[in-house]
Amino acid sequence: MTTMQASSPPSQGARATARPVEELENVVIRFVGDSGDGMQLTGTEFSKVVGEAGHDFTTHPDYPSEIRAPVGTLFGVSGYQIQYSSKQVFSSGDAPDVLVAMNPAALKTNLPDVKKGGIIIANSGAFSEGNLDKAGYKSNPLEDGSLDGYQLFRIDIAEFTANALSNSGLSKKDVGRCKNYFALGVMLCLYSRPFDKEIEDIRKKFAKKPDIAEANVAALTAGYAYCEATELFPTTYQMRPSMPTPGKYRSVTGNSAAALGFVAASELSGVPLFIGSYPITPATDILQELSGLKHYNVTTFQAEDEIAGICSTIGAAYGGALGLTTTSGPGMALKTEAMGLATILEIPMVIVNVQRGGPSTGLPTKIEQSDLLQAVYGRNGECPIPVIAAYSPSDCFDCAIEAFRLAVKYMTPVILLTDGGIGNATEPWLIPDVKSLPTIEVKYRTDPKGYLPYARDENLARAWVKPGTPGMEHRIGGLEKDFLTGAISHNAMNHQRMCEVRAAKVAGIAKELPPCKIDGPTSGELLIVGWGSTFGAITQAREKAGSEGKSVAHLHLRNINPLPSDLGAIMKRYKKVLVPEMNLGQLSKLLRDQFLVDTITLGKVQGKPFMVSDIYDRIIELC
Amino acid sequence: MNKPNEIVLSKKDFESNQDVRWCPGCGDYAVLAQVQKILPTLGVPRENFAFISGIGCSSRFPYYMETYGMHSIHGRAPAIASGLKLSRPELSVWVVTGDGDALAIGGNHFIHAMRRNIGLKIILLNNRIYGLTKGQYSPTSEMGKKTKTTPLGSIDRPFSPVALALGAGATFVARTLDTDLKHMGVMLERAAAHKGTAFVEVLQNCIVFNDDAHKALSDKATRPDSAVYLENGKPLIYGKDKNKGIRLAGWEAELVTLGQNSISEKDLVVHDESAANGGLAFFLSHLEQPTFPVPLGVFRDVEAPAYEELNQQLHANATAAKGKGDLAKLLNSGGTWTI
Repeated sequence: MTTMQASSPPSQGARATARPVEELENVVIRFVGDSGDGMQLTGTEFSKVVGEAGHDFTTHPDYPSEIRAPVGTLFGVSGYQIQYSSKQVFSSGDAPDVLVAMNPAALKTNLPDVKKGGIIIANSGAFSEGNLDKAGYKSNPLEDGSLDGYQLFRIDIAEFTANALSNSGLSKKDVGRCKNYFALGVMLCLYSRPFDKEIEDIRKKFAKKPDIAEANVAALTAGYAYCEATELFPTTYQMRPSMPTPGKYRSVTGNSAAALGFVAASELSGVPLFIGSYPITPATDILQELSGLKHYNVTTFQAEDEIAGICSTIGAAYGGALGLTTTSGPGMALKTEAMGLATILEIPMVIVNVQRGGPSTGLPTKIEQSDLLQAVYGRNGECPIPVIAAYSPSDCFDCAIEAFRLAVKYMTPVILLTDGGIGNATEPWLIPDVKSLPTIEVKYRTDPKGYLPYARDENLARAWVKPGTPGMEHRIGGLEKDFLTGAISHNAMNHQRMCEVRAAKVAGIAKELPPCKIDGPTSGELLIVGWGSTFGAITQAREKAGSEGKSVAHLHLRNINPLPSDLGAIMKRYKKVLVPEMNLGQLSKLLRDQFLVDTITLGKVQGKPFMVSDIYDRIIELC
Repeated sequence: MNKPNEIVLSKKDFESNQDVRWCPGCGDYAVLAQVQKILPTLGVPRENFAFISGIGCSSRFPYYMETYGMHSIHGRAPAIASGLKLSRPELSVWVVTGDGDALAIGGNHFIHAMRRNIGLKIILLNNRIYGLTKGQYSPTSEMGKKTKTTPLGSIDRPFSPVALALGAGATFVARTLDTDLKHMGVMLERAAAHKGTAFVEVLQNCIVFNDDAHKALSDKATRPDSAVYLENGKPLIYGKDKNKGIRLAGWEAELVTLGQNSISEKDLVVHDESAANGGLAFFLSHLEQPTFPVPLGVFRDVEAPAYEELNQQLHANATAAKGKGDLAKLLNSGGTWTI
């Protein structure tokens, strides 16, 4: 099978042609094609290779909600962007330096984003009359001069791949599927990356289908060899490693990091994990990942609907498990009543909302942060629930542990907000030493002497008593209950007292929050307050403006409810407060509500993350 | 003499200190009393019982049981109970629900509990009305029924809870009557002994909003001609004089009189609870008043693996195949590199 190779694979660093090598500090590459073209895989593999080479990176997968949209259509375009650098990387980058476009539709939808003068690598064979027509091109942009402002490279990837695999014995369809590996090969060569490890990985990945594995290996090496042999590319590129903290790394998505964090919470507390969930984009990966980890004392339950997802979780938590349910916006709406139940029962559990564009079904595969107010306020009655938000893929790991730590300490449901951006994006993760992880202390009460179901400890938390504990049989429920006994109570003052104590319990979490970290001057012209996945773009925009002498600082919130108690005073130390968020001003509303400060909203709801320039430009306007 | 480890419990041990707040004369009292009577006989420690309910008159049930219990939200009890049973298979988990709670707002959870055959005992108190909201028609109200929300008569076709449970694949399905305490006791015992989901429909009277909902059955004078008691392996015979029977005419039920037209017991349908094919049980579930006597008893009782056992098996298999999970190993999996 290996005879299919177009040329013998070059070993690491070896070069057949002498060509200038340009040193880069930073590059943003976007792979785009049909949803069936395998661009997500190409992007993931490319990011893994650069990660292994010691570069920091961040990715942004962008895919349509259709599984396989009709071939060649504008709405079927799937993309994967990666920024990697010789320095620290905070976001997937603004304008791509390089666009790898597998068809006309992909070129058309993504060209406006590409940096002027940037590189376009086009799969020229796919620029047929039919595909051009589907993309709405009157003439072929690869030939009509409309790309003159860019460095255009035409490669008939399908044809080259087919040639490389002519003796493979594979069907035309299977051969077609290998072209993403040809593209990957070209890119690895162009960016001076070795591919030996990638070949190993392909063979591992397709271990059950050795003929497909070898075909992909052949396509990869052919792409690499083509790039190396052809004089198409006048230069190749290389980059120094980012020199991050020494240690052992792996690449994680936010969803994967969250799943690992939940298993860690279970291991750290010694309490089994139960997840009751219903599949929903973009949260499904967490349920899927945990489903394969049953040997870790993890029970997964794919419920009949979102409501059963959270209700089964309430049942499991009542039984003494670490209860988890995962969802996205519309599913969150369905779980609302049950969140109220968990709140009044005062049992611990974690609800994850991997946010997507809304309202309603909205933009299922696109990024947004518009469920903040839903998380903080969206329930009937006085129903306080702690809310925390992860700011990066790897932060999802820490937040998953923190969410359960809070849940069991305060006997409360906790909402963890992430979003489709960090849920699906990958970045290198410095694998923590298990011994360095926080402990999660779980104490079930077993002493019936003097037991009152709603008596509280110093944190206002009631005791966790598992059914099966002798002598402590009691009933709980959604009706208002007596302050101590938990028996049904319609007493007027008791209800006031219970509402207040539930609010005080959640508000009391603020007492243990560390002081807010400020990036930049501790007082001055402008403070940017952010939350969630906007972290990277805000950080870079602030650094840029700061380096130009602007008096601008950045404070990023993890705890949204309760907010840190020093936040109000900090905001007052700046003349202006800017809040960039992927909604129309929801954190702004919270800040104004709680601290009576004026805030300036920078809202973006386009299904795309903030670009650094979006925020930088606003900073310049403001100070 | 009791053995040292034998659990000695009485009905009283299962009565909580809460005042029972159902209307005087409500059929729910009888169910509560029977459950409290049966539980001490099951050999299960009291602390291992959990009663989960939703919303409605019947759902107040857990408050009156001196066991663990949760009065939850409308229709969701089977989902909550499923999570509890999965995480704590050793517990005896009971769901008490009503016709609105189980079949309207909670219909989805009801059928999926049956489909999975998870070890829950589900008692549905069917009074064919919404009582707690004061008299609106329910999914089991008969067509034409006038209620506060159907002043011109209901145009909704009613569910047969038994047929629905059977259709969802239930492995144990029984029906009993609030005024036949002895029969109810037997049905509850049978349900308690069943592995997997056990469903018992109790025809129950709402004295305020749907009095005499099951009059022909609850009235001792008319019951023998209005109900047929199902007995495994026995022909379907009913009537005051035990001379009426049900036979099959094609796929239809036909009422016959023993001794007439040389009809004997041999001609009648013989009940088989554990028939591999659920057709007989489904056929029986469609016998309704006033045309036919209403079957009471166990419609179906078949063995199938319980969901929680299969789940434990999955864990055992995964652990046997991969070894007990090691967190450090997990964190360090999936392609790592060192810098």
